[in-house]
Amino acid sequence: MSAMSSLHLQLLGHALPPIAWPLVWGLAGVLALLTLGAIAAIVLPLVRRGHDYTNLRQRVISWWVMVALLSVALGLGWQATLVLFAVISFIALREFLSLAPAHREDRLIILASYAVVPISYWWIAVNEYGIYLVFIPVWVFLITPFLMAVIGQTRNYLQRAASFHWGEVACVYAIGFIVFLMRTPANLPMPAGPAGLVFLLLVATEANDVAQYCWGKLFGRHKIMPTVSPNKTWEGFIGGWVTTAALIWVIGPIFAPLAGLNLAIMAITLPLAGFAGDVTLSAVKRDIGVKDTSRLIPGHGGILDRIDSLTFTAPLYFHLMTFFALHR
Amino acid sequence: MNIARLAFLTLLARPLAMFLTGADVIGREHLPKAGPAIIAANHTSHVDTLLLLTIFPAKCMSRLRPVAAADYFLRGPIIGWFSRTLVGIVPVVRTAGNHEDVLAPARQALMDGDIVIIFPEGTRGPGNDELAPLKSGVARLAAAFPDAPVTPVWLEGAGRVLPKGALLPAPMNCTVLVGEPIHWTGEKTVFLDALRASLDELRKSAPPQRWLAERPADPPPTSGGAAPSAP
Repeated sequence: MSAMSSLHLQLLGHALPPIAWPLVWGLAGVLALLTLGAIAAIVLPLVRRGHDYTNLRQRVISWWVMVALLSVALGLGWQATLVLFAVISFIALREFLSLAPAHREDRLIILASYAVVPISYWWIAVNEYGIYLVFIPVWVFLITPFLMAVIGQTRNYLQRAASFHWGEVACVYAIGFIVFLMRTPANLPMPAGPAGLVFLLLVATEANDVAQYCWGKLFGRHKIMPTVSPNKTWEGFIGGWVTTAALIWVIGPIFAPLAGLNLAIMAITLPLAGFAGDVTLSAVKRDIGVKDTSRLIPGHGGILDRIDSLTFTAPLYFHLMTFFALHR
Repeated sequence: MNIARLAFLTLLARPLAMFLTGADVIGREHLPKAGPAIIAANHTSHVDTLLLLTIFPAKCMSRLRPVAAADYFLRGPIIGWFSRTLVGIVPVVRTAGNHEDVLAPARQALMDGDIVIIFPEGTRGPGNDELAPLKSGVARLAAAFPDAPVTPVWLEGAGRVLPKGALLPAPMNCTVLVGEPIHWTGEKTVFLDALRASLDELRKSAPPQRWLAERPADPPPTSGGAAPSAP
């Protein structure tokens, strides 16, 4: 990457990884949207008195915090991004294990389950993609039920083993692919560097959540999955799909090596994956009987509520990108 | 004020509580802002004290005084220093005879304008969403300070993080549910019933951060002399 095409920052005398200009403009765009949100949160309560805008205010403040954390981590490089997402995985897994049905005897397995987070992220740190791919889906999948057998408690054995593994895959394995994007070899063409790949994934996924919500609020009539998510409508689903696909079509080539058919495939499938992740976690929450997985993020709920769509979009995005790179 | 204690609570205890439990609080507005005040909570784990000490704003922290058993928390010089200086306990002598006034240190703390944290069940329970019978100490404290609000607090999930007898804590989300303060009603059983009802109400609204129920008793054998089923 030439000096002209990127922004070079220093921290305490150390040069930070160069930041591609598209990323600077992309972040400026996100901050502009957040500023609009902040203005809405300040102006709306003044214009429409009597309405409670506490949730909107909390949501907007939380978005500022989340965008600040992600921007700093992406700007600092893959190491900081890895630490941030390892913490996110840990908190999400803690939320999941705290709500998943478990017996008193499962406490030891729950304690051991947390070890999966540092080990799984370690394979990313040492760039062992092959081991990462099989560590949770194969080895954790085999070892956890074995440990449960060693403890000798067989009540609801299959259900509990399945639920532990569901948590590891959704909270740790799927989210780790975001960090693996940061380790993309530099010899591959990337218009905005590895951070640009992550930026596009996060922006498209969150835009899909917001677009679905807005279309549903404005035009929602026909329920799409009344037994799982009573507030989701066909209008919100299709409106969000089209909006996000258009967004990816326009900004995708700026941040990722996407064009033509590849770009179309990404634009069409990513919003579907986001919807699927959202609905799947809703089904889990409905089964457990809770609305939010915790109260960590004011206005949003828990971390797992915020990253539900990402648990599906991150693996899909990563694998499509890998496929496109291998079949150039 | 005690700088070591404030540093311990804000720099060590609060991050630890966040790491282990997430420390969700529902009804934070009901927490007393100044003493004298009484916090009455259910008790399943040492994590209960950790949570109650760290959910208050820093300016209240120096006022928090958990009532704790002297025989357990003052059993050695190091743990005694830790309990007194950093945790700030009000020691209660459980083995005292009836003629001794075991609550005198707690009354003194209220007199000083402190926020006294008391676990009316008396000791840590089995930690599966049950509330043991309440002891009368909290009523006697409330009677001595009828103007001090008694804030009921239900702690959900702490018994899973560090149950009685466990050495290693397992991180699991907990929720602190703070109810509306109640006041001394002039009659011990009425007051304790009101406190119990309030804690039960909070328990019912807690998220399900608890173990599945133990296996139900096996159904009686149906073979042999069982009544014949309808054709």
